[in-house]
Amino acid sequence: MKTSQSLKANHIHAGYDKKIIIDGIDITIPNNKISVIIGANACGKSTLLKTLARLIQPSVGEILLDGKKISEIPPKQLARVLGLLPQSPVVPEGITVADLVGRGRFPYQSFLKGLGKKDYEAVEEALEIMGITDLANRCVDELSGGQRQRVWIAMALAQQTDILLLDEPTTYLDITYQVEILDLLTDLNRKRGTTIVMVLHDINLSARYADYIFALHKGKLISEGTPAEIITEGLIKQVFDLECSVIKDPVSGSPFIVPKGRHHVNYQTSSVTTG
Amino acid sequence: MMEEKLKINNVKEGYRQRRFRWLTVTLLLALLTLVLCVSLLLFGNTRYPLDTVIRVLLGEQVQGATFAIGTLRLPRMLSGLLVGIAFGMAGSTFQTILRNPLASPDVIGITAGSSVGAMICILVLKLSGTVVSIVAVISGLLVASLIYALSKIGSFSGGKLILVGIGIQAMLNAVISFLLLRASQYDVPAAYRWLSGSLNGMQMANIPSLLIVLVVFGSIVILLGRHLKILELGEQSAITLGVKTDLVRLLLVLSAVFLIAFATSVTGPIAFVAFLAGPIATKLVGTGAPNEFPAGLVGAILVLGADLIGQFAFNTRFPVGVITGILGAPYLLILLIRMNQRGGSV
Repeated sequence: MKTSQSLKANHIHAGYDKKIIIDGIDITIPNNKISVIIGANACGKSTLLKTLARLIQPSVGEILLDGKKISEIPPKQLARVLGLLPQSPVVPEGITVADLVGRGRFPYQSFLKGLGKKDYEAVEEALEIMGITDLANRCVDELSGGQRQRVWIAMALAQQTDILLLDEPTTYLDITYQVEILDLLTDLNRKRGTTIVMVLHDINLSARYADYIFALHKGKLISEGTPAEIITEGLIKQVFDLECSVIKDPVSGSPFIVPKGRHHVNYQTSSVTTG
Repeated sequence: MMEEKLKINNVKEGYRQRRFRWLTVTLLLALLTLVLCVSLLLFGNTRYPLDTVIRVLLGEQVQGATFAIGTLRLPRMLSGLLVGIAFGMAGSTFQTILRNPLASPDVIGITAGSSVGAMICILVLKLSGTVVSIVAVISGLLVASLIYALSKIGSFSGGKLILVGIGIQAMLNAVISFLLLRASQYDVPAAYRWLSGSLNGMQMANIPSLLIVLVVFGSIVILLGRHLKILELGEQSAITLGVKTDLVRLLLVLSAVFLIAFATSVTGPIAFVAFLAGPIATKLVGTGAPNEFPAGLVGAILVLGADLIGQFAFNTRFPVGVITGILGAPYLLILLIRMNQRGGSV
């Protein structure tokens, strides 16, 4: 295992064109932990992740990796430390799983040389961790959504970075695959000590799988801490403008939110009257 | 076939097999190219035996053969070979960058841009030779930038670029028609022959500059092949993997435009070669490895093969572009129908 490097955003502002989406955020990503960024749609969580991954240049502020500005680190060198799984990566038509995962080795290849022994080992290991060794020579086009997502994560693993950023890795997946992907990422974090930062939509799965949560609202960081510390009715109201009850997740013991809408909120009252 | 595929579970074995396939197919393509090259030297009004051809190539003076082979057939074959490679590599580069088989320079107006430049030189300014090539390259680059600039209005997308390109192509074709209408009758047949893509009247003088352009820009395209394969995964993945996406794309597009424009200026726009070569090469060598070099070979095979057919298969001789056009048009239709069925857009 390599020594982990620390990733930090120093008072960044960022956005597209002239629209500011991130409005002054300072964060330090905890090393060797799983962090989840939560927030309502268009709050800037995906933009924050992309800025951390150097896909977007902050207009003000800097992203620092071990105290060095990432804009000054050579791209290939940075790609060996910091990886990202984008929300909708493009599958080239007809490519096999092994070839796609092998592309994760690009940062390690010299200009003219192809894949070498070390690269094959990295690919094999990544396929094994994701449990898709059997699929190695299949076409990615033929795979199911859940399998495909594992292939992409395997590609990010073959990149062997200390830090892995994932933009909604469970979106569009059935609940079974969502849990499976989050379990695999947890394995990775526990076994390799990979620092994981992801954007997730599901607050309850976030609270269960995250060691640390960043809550964003309108481009600002409004709360951070362990799920037990920060997931409260007040925070959910503030972030999502949603009334809810927070109970204990019966499986994991983490905070679990139960939303309150306008209908079907009479369970307790009715049980009292009939009882 | 399917079950067999599933059985090969070993990752390394899979890599080895795919590399073996790439190498074998590429070698076979090279071999076929060579066979076509030799055939084009052997056949003609008079058929010469192989040893005569070799003697002529070695510089010996052979009655009749030296003229027929050295002055007529050799430049014809060499220009066919070089422009074929150039068209194939440029087409496949464009198609891969824009991730769309329709995005070939001869479909999205870049070839037409070069043609307009060359037509103006030939018909209006009465120029010939290197100047025509330079103007063709410049007008090709200008049209490429124009298409790019227009498709960047709002937000850029590959599909938009292709549609803009097709529109520009139509406009440029109108300009070409206008130039032809205004041209003196004496020039029109020559212009038509050029426009349909022909290897007639090729001269040795064309070859050195064509070769230099091909070596310089072809090398750039081949050297950046692996970067291009990463670009194929989408902008975000490419940046994440450490590719300087803007720089790589700029270098590749510039090289491809140079290749296509220069080749066009020599032989005229040989229909559909750039469009067909990439997809054929990918089908043959597989998707995993860079396919620019095999695509170049396929381009050469298409041009040389079509020239052979055009010269000898019929009672009348047809320019090479007519034959490739007949091959390419159905593929374009099939591609459009298939895209429509998949519910995809450009």
